[in-house]
Amino acid sequence: MEYTILILLLPAIMFIFLGLAGHKLKPKIAGIFGTISLGIVTLLSLTTAWEYFTSPRVNGVFEKIIPFNIEWLRLGEFLHIDIGILLDPISVIMLVVISLVSFMVHLYSMGYMHGEKGFQRYYAFLSLFTFSMLGLVVATNIFQTYIFWELVGVSSYLLIGFYYTKPSAIAASKKAFIVTRFADLGFLIGILVLSFYGQTFGFIDLMGGSSDLVLQGAAQKSFLGIGVLSWALGLMFIGAAGKSAMFPLHIWLPDAMEGPTPVSALIHAATMVVAGVYLVARMFPLYIVYAPGVLEIIACVGAFTALFAAIIACVQTDIKRVLAFSTISQIGFMMVALGVSTSMDAHGGLGYMASMFHLFTHAMFKALLFLGAGSIIHAVHSNEMKDMGGLRKHMPITHITFLIACLAIAGIPPFSGFFSKDEILAAAFKFSPMMGWVMTVIAGITAFYMFRLYYNIFWAKEAKHEHKPHESGYSMTVPLMVLALITCVAGFIPFGHFITANGLVYDLHLETSVALLSVGVAIISILIATIFYRKETQPIPEMLASKLKFIHKSAYKRFYIDEIYQFITHKVIFACISTPIAWFDRHIVDGFMNLMASATQKLSYLIRNFQSGRVQQYAYVFLLGIVVIVGLILLIL
Amino acid sequence: MNILLFFVIIPILMIFFLWISKNRNQIRGIMVAGSSLLLILAGILTYLYLTQRAAGDTAEMLFRSDYSWYSSLNIKLSLGVDGISVAMLILSSIIVFTGTFASWQLENQTKEFFLWFCLLSLGVFGFFITIDLFTMFMFYEIALIPMYLLIGVWGSGKKEYAAMKLTLMLMGASAILIAGILGIYFASGATSMNILEIAKAGNIPHDAQLIFFPMTFLGFGVLGALFPFHTWSPDGHASAPTAVSMLHAGVLMKLGGYGCFRVAMYLMPQAANELGWIFLILTSISVIYGAFSAIVQTDLKYINAYSSVSHCGLVLFAILMMNQTAATGAVIQMLSHGLMTALFFALIGMIYGRTHTRDIRELSGLMKIMPFLSVCYVIAGLANLGLPGFSGFVAEMTIFVGSFQHTDIFHRVITIIATTSIVITAVYILRLIGRSFYGEVKNPEHLKLTDATWDERLSAIVLIIAIVALGIAPLWMNNMIGDSVLPIVKALVIK
Amino acid sequence: MGVELYLVISTIMLCAGIYGFLMRKNTLAMLISVELILNAADINFAVFNKFLFPNQLEGHFFTLFAIGIVAAETAIAIAIIINVYRNVQSLDVDKIDKMKH
Repeated sequence: MEYTILILLLPAIMFIFLGLAGHKLKPKIAGIFGTISLGIVTLLSLTTAWEYFTSPRVNGVFEKIIPFNIEWLRLGEFLHIDIGILLDPISVIMLVVISLVSFMVHLYSMGYMHGEKGFQRYYAFLSLFTFSMLGLVVATNIFQTYIFWELVGVSSYLLIGFYYTKPSAIAASKKAFIVTRFADLGFLIGILVLSFYGQTFGFIDLMGGSSDLVLQGAAQKSFLGIGVLSWALGLMFIGAAGKSAMFPLHIWLPDAMEGPTPVSALIHAATMVVAGVYLVARMFPLYIVYAPGVLEIIACVGAFTALFAAIIACVQTDIKRVLAFSTISQIGFMMVALGVSTSMDAHGGLGYMASMFHLFTHAMFKALLFLGAGSIIHAVHSNEMKDMGGLRKHMPITHITFLIACLAIAGIPPFSGFFSKDEILAAAFKFSPMMGWVMTVIAGITAFYMFRLYYNIFWAKEAKHEHKPHESGYSMTVPLMVLALITCVAGFIPFGHFITANGLVYDLHLETSVALLSVGVAIISILIATIFYRKETQPIPEMLASKLKFIHKSAYKRFYIDEIYQFITHKVIFACISTPIAWFDRHIVDGFMNLMASATQKLSYLIRNFQSGRVQQYAYVFLLGIVVIVGLILLIL
Repeated sequence: MNILLFFVIIPILMIFFLWISKNRNQIRGIMVAGSSLLLILAGILTYLYLTQRAAGDTAEMLFRSDYSWYSSLNIKLSLGVDGISVAMLILSSIIVFTGTFASWQLENQTKEFFLWFCLLSLGVFGFFITIDLFTMFMFYEIALIPMYLLIGVWGSGKKEYAAMKLTLMLMGASAILIAGILGIYFASGATSMNILEIAKAGNIPHDAQLIFFPMTFLGFGVLGALFPFHTWSPDGHASAPTAVSMLHAGVLMKLGGYGCFRVAMYLMPQAANELGWIFLILTSISVIYGAFSAIVQTDLKYINAYSSVSHCGLVLFAILMMNQTAATGAVIQMLSHGLMTALFFALIGMIYGRTHTRDIRELSGLMKIMPFLSVCYVIAGLANLGLPGFSGFVAEMTIFVGSFQHTDIFHRVITIIATTSIVITAVYILRLIGRSFYGEVKNPEHLKLTDATWDERLSAIVLIIAIVALGIAPLWMNNMIGDSVLPIVKALVIK
Repeated sequence: MGVELYLVISTIMLCAGIYGFLMRKNTLAMLISVELILNAADINFAVFNKFLFPNQLEGHFFTLFAIGIVAAETAIAIAIIINVYRNVQSLDVDKIDKMKH
């Protein structure tokens, strides 16, 4: 399957080509180039998936294939960084997800970004992002993951800051980069620790390969009372949490919505933000064996983030912000699913399968939601809910596709979200009933805020518009329809045949009680939302907001987490560390050097008086000298 | 005739021709011809070096030859290069080349400027090709002196103060250094000052090592901006003219790291093992401290100078880890930092030449006015914060992975502390880019400014190509340097 | 007449010279004092030659040689003093410190 290298190379070449020569091309031509190359990549990915999943299983599992691998950098006797392609079930699924969503976004952007300044640059960055993301998922070793991890970070930075003259976009891009960079530090240290004890970066070596014995030896060692491998994997989770916007590193994602909407759909909803989930899934065999404690932490962090973000999403008024918090919440679901897994077999590893399933379905319907939101924003030129309302009449296609996505995320059968969420809830109930109930409640809140959003956009009171909103063009509606179609049918994919923790076939079956419960909760939530928000006037929510003013306000302000960060960075790091250090440098360290210089100068001024230029003074000294010398001689003799 | 001699002969010829040159065109011609020749020469040398290595020549130094110079004191001009010196020669020739173009528009006293510039490069090239302690020191001094005039005459801002400070601090360091070098020579009882010979004999008494190691390390370390002797660097770089900043931060600061590794550590391994931890603490302070200081600076050049303190600190940090990977990383970091910082200073010079300010509070929206320069600056910034695909990433990762392989827990913990610098670097780089390059143009005067001219573009593009090439395909450089640090690292392992 | 008397005279001359050199502020007077010191030395040369080595003439020769040198030196000194006077209109030694800086 050597042709898979093309999947990486095409976007890379397109980035270089559009980056260097883009401004010489007509915007439309540049867009067409980018879209066609992505179309080819999508075809190649689908072919790869088809070929991979139809190849015969060995001992009941799909073989891991490395069609391409080169040594990139050698770091000592055992360690070397390779750049290569590793095909296994999760990477192949990710290839499909990324290239498909990316292709849709490329197509969609042709319409959405039409006439924007820097259109060519936009496509160059999209190609860079696609290249990096694809490189990330097919990595053969943890260091390659890290390399592309950083590259997706920078493409995200460049795309969030695409409107580089807008102060909020600049701030958001900077924030996104620095927060994830901080998390990446954890990832890097995790890699260092793991490679020190494992003496390899390769995934295959790490998991059941040649390093197994080495790692088992390392598992005995501990640092500060915690096993070194737990440290390594825990630190890696910090990296994953940063990229996947887990609490408390989630603050960059809502702001990242400053970027163009298709970018939010691609990077900040469907692909890059799930990289953290992918990383944990990739290292899953190690987590299960060496750091089950860390998995529990992951489950707790995931559950808390899911709840936290869901609550905030209920009160936001910017539709992209609502979707952003919904993304955070849904990624929390995936993390929970991974965290509640207890073993590699079909039963304990249900969560692993569920998280990958949810990742797949979520990528599709969340991209759909964002692209739909983009279509709405394109029509009304505003992000605020109050500028919308009643749009169902003007934008029928957007309306229907958006509704499908909302039903999917709320967990209504037969849409895809229902199936994947059901598996997650089942896994959570297996782990502990407490976790199961918490996740069910969050699923209910999800349904509520999504329909709040839906009604506020498409029903409720119609806002006054300068221009009458109209349906977007084909380049924008076609991707919506494609994604909606996938959302309708994806739930029936027998996912357990492709991805399970141990690779063996597992037949999904609905847990009837869990399914009934979750559907019931979802329907009740939707009904509440309907009562609250469908009408033109919304008395109940207003009353609730004024009754629970404190909670409403703090949720609206996202529980002041941003302010805390602002305080830490500006008041603590800038004002209490950097400024004193700079002062110390200028006044103490440099002052010492200047002191030496001025002391030397003072001393020489002092000595200079010996050379007064007065002859008679010299004569005195001379005479005195003679007397002293003669006196000394006399004394000695 | 030894090919290495050309690295000294070409600058001498350039000086001679500049001396007799009559007008600006002639001067430019001479500079372009000379610096291109040096660049080509470095390329040829690399090719010859690699083929000779591939042919199985395992001698520590290739292209060896000795010319007796002052025989009664055993001073010889001993030439020889290994992978480290070849890498440094490539770096120097690239920077001399780009520096020439970066000062293309220089108006006043062009001839004298380039004369001193050539003398400076003569010192730099001479330092890297010799392996004799005395001649090394001599070339080191040759490189230092022109600095004073270049900053004092062609500089900007508090130039006299900066020139004086820089020269005096470095001279003070070299006074300690010469004492250390002479100490090494006499304590070793060798019959020449050849480094290889002294290292091979390895008979410097333990007590003498404990005295002369700190002296030599400090002597070179000051040039490598070792905390707390780094304060010449911000002032000096801020005042120096563009090409001089480039050459100074790009190459001259590398003399420090190179000297520490090749002289101090190689010749006195026992002391390096015993006293290394002191300097390790100092360098890790440099790394973090430089980065934190850079956050609150407002002058583009100061930001970059403090960033250099941080990155050069990482060089010294890595060589003190005393293993092959970290040392290789150190040399790659020298190379990478040299290229990046030269690019930075070149761009800052070009921006300053237009806006006449380097204060980031007064600059805004440059991306709109001068897109080429701004894009280059963003690239330089991203390279500086260690983005994959650029040389900085390769260097830093090699250093961190190498350092973390140290068996001692103290070294591993201190490595983790040093890694935090990558986050702080991101903070100050992005803050600067966000503030000065993005956004709307606030100063209407700036709207009239133009983008880069062809000579400036050439200078920036050559540097970017070098950075990207090293970042994307680091393996050959890694192997070349890795083989060459091995003898030194082996010497550092106490039997 | 014994040697002591000569020596007393030359000592007085030496001391007078030193005193004058240190105390007088007029450069010409200082020059005269220097002459006194030199003459005191000359007297000693002549006297010791006469009393210690009466058959030899080195002391006398040296005295004559010194007188010649002193004459030349005085000429130069006076030339300098005149030039200084032309420039600063003063012969006060404490005021002649312009060359110091």
